[in-house]
Amino acid sequence: MRQVIHCKLSKNLLGIFLILLLAFSTTLSAQEGDPAKGKTLFNANCAACHQLDKKMTGPALRNVETRLSNDQGLDKAWLYAWIRNSPGLIKSGDAYANKIYNEYNGTAMTAFPQLSDEDLNNILAYTAEVKEEPVATQTTATADTGSDSAISNELILGALGILFLLLASGLYVVNKTLRRFAEAKNIELAETSKRRPLWKAFVQNQFLVLVTAIFLLLSSAYFVYGYLMQIGIDQGYQPVQPIHFSHKIHAGDNAIDCNYCHASARVSKTSGIPSLNVCMNCHKSIYEYKGETSVEYSKEFYDAEIKKLYAAAGWDDAAQQYTGDSKPVKWIRIHNLPDFVYFNHSQHVSVAGIECQTCHGPVQEMEIASQFSSLTMGWCINCHRTTNVKVEDNAYYTKIHEELSKKYGVDKLTAAQMGGLECGKCHY
Amino acid sequence: MNYMKSLIKITGLLVVIISLASCKKDTAPNYQFMPNMYLPVGYETYGEAAFKDGIEAQLTVDGSIARGHSLFEYENSTEGYQLAKETLKNPLDSTQINMVKTKVLYDIYCGICHGTKGDGQGNLVTREKILGVPRYDDAGRAINEGSIYHTIYYGKNAMGSYASQLNEKERWEVVSYVLKLKADLEK
Repeated sequence: MRQVIHCKLSKNLLGIFLILLLAFSTTLSAQEGDPAKGKTLFNANCAACHQLDKKMTGPALRNVETRLSNDQGLDKAWLYAWIRNSPGLIKSGDAYANKIYNEYNGTAMTAFPQLSDEDLNNILAYTAEVKEEPVATQTTATADTGSDSAISNELILGALGILFLLLASGLYVVNKTLRRFAEAKNIELAETSKRRPLWKAFVQNQFLVLVTAIFLLLSSAYFVYGYLMQIGIDQGYQPVQPIHFSHKIHAGDNAIDCNYCHASARVSKTSGIPSLNVCMNCHKSIYEYKGETSVEYSKEFYDAEIKKLYAAAGWDDAAQQYTGDSKPVKWIRIHNLPDFVYFNHSQHVSVAGIECQTCHGPVQEMEIASQFSSLTMGWCINCHRTTNVKVEDNAYYTKIHEELSKKYGVDKLTAAQMGGLECGKCHY
Repeated sequence: MNYMKSLIKITGLLVVIISLASCKKDTAPNYQFMPNMYLPVGYETYGEAAFKDGIEAQLTVDGSIARGHSLFEYENSTEGYQLAKETLKNPLDSTQINMVKTKVLYDIYCGICHGTKGDGQGNLVTREKILGVPRYDDAGRAINEGSIYHTIYYGKNAMGSYASQLNEKERWEVVSYVLKLKADLEK
């Protein structure tokens, strides 16, 4: 019996101990916070102005809790008060609050009264995480497969070329040595027969000469005409821009609307080359490239291009402010219409509702932008002949469309029937 | 030997033809017939001009207001933001705003970060390019028409100014669309 009681007692003790341990550990974790949850909260609430290791609109936040308690002697309660109501803390005359407020040029931090103690602990746990060092070996191992095959193709071609050269020189050397042998042994080489040469036979046949002359004249006329007709046409023109801008990354991968940057295409004649403030709308936050890379277009390459943008816009990334020392970027215009042609983007984009890609091609796939269409008059006219005027939701066209469709006896008018072929519409 | 010689001749000819053909470069513009007819006489948009810095696109003189623009008296500062929040009102009434067209504008310029529903989950946010975009119903910010307009006009924190992409009427239209999204989120 005694033995049994003892056993029970020890079991109970063990249970109580376990419960205590569990309770203690849960309180422990509540104090520590969950870094994973903290990351989600941080990205949703704080990341607009703060990063862990880089000054943005607000200071870098790695180990903010320990740094504050070590350097300033401020505890967690101060942080809570600051995050929930920083303007209140500043007004109360708190010395460090006012110091940091003035250090960041009086940029007020948004108040977050909705964050609970647990949320704040989670966020602080995330900021206390040890910085991950980038693994150097990984980047070299993962090369792009596309560029790989390109390289191997070039290698194979080069090897074949060298092989061919070797064979040719080998044949030449063999031929030469054989001749030398023959001369040394006084063997007479078989001379080529003294038949009438082919070209003499050709010249004596007047009919053949006539036919060949006509053929040559016609074919050269064809090529000369072809060359003359492509003068002034820049289809495929792909200049090297002062800052490498990848439409593939911006319009393709990130699906940014064309009108975001080319904002004046909606409302004016020109589609507009975006001014640098439009670039900086996003690149104030995006200071490095994190997407897929290849050998030619590496992360270092793209990061250097972003640095070029910062230099041109006069943005000091370390201090997070404009220096006022900006340099205009001399972008090279790709699509140039002659001065005697009038073309209006807003008429085509806003009124007709034509996709940008109809004329400019798959820009969202272009790493380097190039001219897709020929931009000749025939190209314009062809499209005007085949495209119907967009009359829906446009009261401006209602009456004229009614009259003209009666005149032509059709339901839908093409741009040409609406007057899209008249000389004076584009040339005046 | 004759055969050898003709082979060398043919290779020489091929090399000349290929090197001539490769002269066509896509990085340089083509020849133009009578460039005087092609090039503009007046200043073209984004062209070069005989100003001090050589740029055609000049800033307006301080204190002047460009045609179609109007004076915005609120400062680009925290105080200006607060003042706008308290006093600035939308001059457009609901009959002057086409919500269908405004949605298009919103989706182009704001939705890429703020999300088409205004919940801060735009494409750039879900792809983790830009982080920390707030929801419009965020209690700590408590945005209203004045503060939204001030933010679109000057930008705030990581957000830049959109005054160059949206004109005054479009800005106010977007303001009312944002308020509509905010109301939807608060439901």
